[in-house]
Amino acid sequence: MLKDWLGHQHSRSASLVHRAPAAVKLTLALTIIMGTVVVPLSWRVWFVVAASCLVLTAMLARLSLLFLFKRLLVLSPFVLGVLLVNAFQPTFHGARGGGPGLVVRSAICLFAVVLLSNTTPFGQVLAVLRRARVPVLLVTTLALMHRYLYVLLDESERLRRARASRTFGRRRRARWQVLGTVVGQLFVRASERAERIYAAMCARGWK
Amino acid sequence: MHIPDGFIDGKTAVTAAAISAVGLALALRQVRKELPPRRMPLLGLAAAFLFAAQLVNFPVAGGTSGHLMGGVLVAALLGPSAAVVVLAAVLIVQCFLFADGGVLALGANLFNMGLLGTGGGYLIYRLVSGRTPSLRSRVTGIAFGGWCSVVMAAIGCAGQLAWSHTVAWSAGFPMMASVHMLIGVGEGLISALAFLAIQRTRPDLIADGQPALASRPRLELLGLGLLIALGLAVFVAPFACPWPDGLEVVAMKLGFDRPPEPVLAAPASDYHVPGIHSAVAATALAGALGTLVVFALALVLGRMLVRKVPVKLPKDSSC
Repeated sequence: MLKDWLGHQHSRSASLVHRAPAAVKLTLALTIIMGTVVVPLSWRVWFVVAASCLVLTAMLARLSLLFLFKRLLVLSPFVLGVLLVNAFQPTFHGARGGGPGLVVRSAICLFAVVLLSNTTPFGQVLAVLRRARVPVLLVTTLALMHRYLYVLLDESERLRRARASRTFGRRRRARWQVLGTVVGQLFVRASERAERIYAAMCARGWK
Repeated sequence: MHIPDGFIDGKTAVTAAAISAVGLALALRQVRKELPPRRMPLLGLAAAFLFAAQLVNFPVAGGTSGHLMGGVLVAALLGPSAAVVVLAAVLIVQCFLFADGGVLALGANLFNMGLLGTGGGYLIYRLVSGRTPSLRSRVTGIAFGGWCSVVMAAIGCAGQLAWSHTVAWSAGFPMMASVHMLIGVGEGLISALAFLAIQRTRPDLIADGQPALASRPRLELLGLGLLIALGLAVFVAPFACPWPDGLEVVAMKLGFDRPPEPVLAAPASDYHVPGIHSAVAATALAGALGTLVVFALALVLGRMLVRKVPVKLPKDSSC
């Protein structure tokens, strides 16, 4: 279930969108997002053009639109929460155009990012960041994090399964204790892995 | 608590991004100066750990569930500047890879969870645990600091949403604060339990970071404090006094139905409405009371959890 949510649809058949340089895609996505946030709501044309551009790109990249819309729905609890709070404030007229404005803006921005992440491998984004003079330490941290993210997710799933197969009962205190232990154990395993990685890096002549 | 794009306007996004960029640059410099190369890969792995840990859900009252933020836990393990870098990495990956949190709102999110949450929570952890922290005071500090970090991040979020005129401060602030005061209890409890679990299995992992922290001059704490104060001043202060939207409601009730103006600070004192002041006082009182109760709980937790260790160890060794 987790994997479904975290997975990406990198299609094998590299389309025009997949092959385009990452810097261009990143710039375009940023432009669309920035414009969508800044432009006043009365400029309907911008929103229509941005949305249709994104949908066209998605079709060009041969991504399933259903998959993209599902991703949008998964990511919208924050939107719903804010709408709910505003619904209890009938006298409040936000400068952001109220409910419909918020939904349109955030949907376009989310769609742009989902599209970007599904057509651009994260390694290419990192390369762009490195060329843009982002501090090396941050880029290295990002690269290592991305490399070991799924490894640690698997690790935490194994921990959870092992725990679930051994403990019975549902005492409340035990449950909290288990959660704390799992998180702590995950950190211990992560740092042990970091030590092994450092040893491997040194063995390959790092530094 | 990840703000998506479109919820905060340009000025808020740019201000928050500028503050966050400065904070992140300072943290990076500090980390580069003091982190031994041996522990460099640990930053990336700690970020991956935090990402995985944030997916661990815990039950909150009423059938809902919250998840860990983990800033204070990582700060207590690796130091505050490393924790800010780790949180920034987590937020960047969540934003670009999983579209969780907006691209333009990245600065605002880093400000809330990295600087306010992690930096502020770590400051509180240090204040509570004292100059020469024992294990018990550290556990208390992590529990209370973890709770504070979630609440502070939520308040920062509400402040930014109010500054962007997305959600009224009078609605957003009580909502965000009260919900996250509940979620924060889980955060504090799990952070403390996780810290103890690590301490039990690999105490060297914690000891590694601690002496450097203890001997650190107060300059960094002072800097962090200033940053937090500045952030609070920028985001919260304009709304703390006048409570404009509550006033609007009352103005409508009383028949002054005028187009709403953003700042009603000056006439507010002349309106002489009894309801507002008691509401403000009640909110403030509830907040203060909640904080006190959580602090007491953290103290009890520290006593309850750490008493076992010294009793148990001699027994085990004598067997």
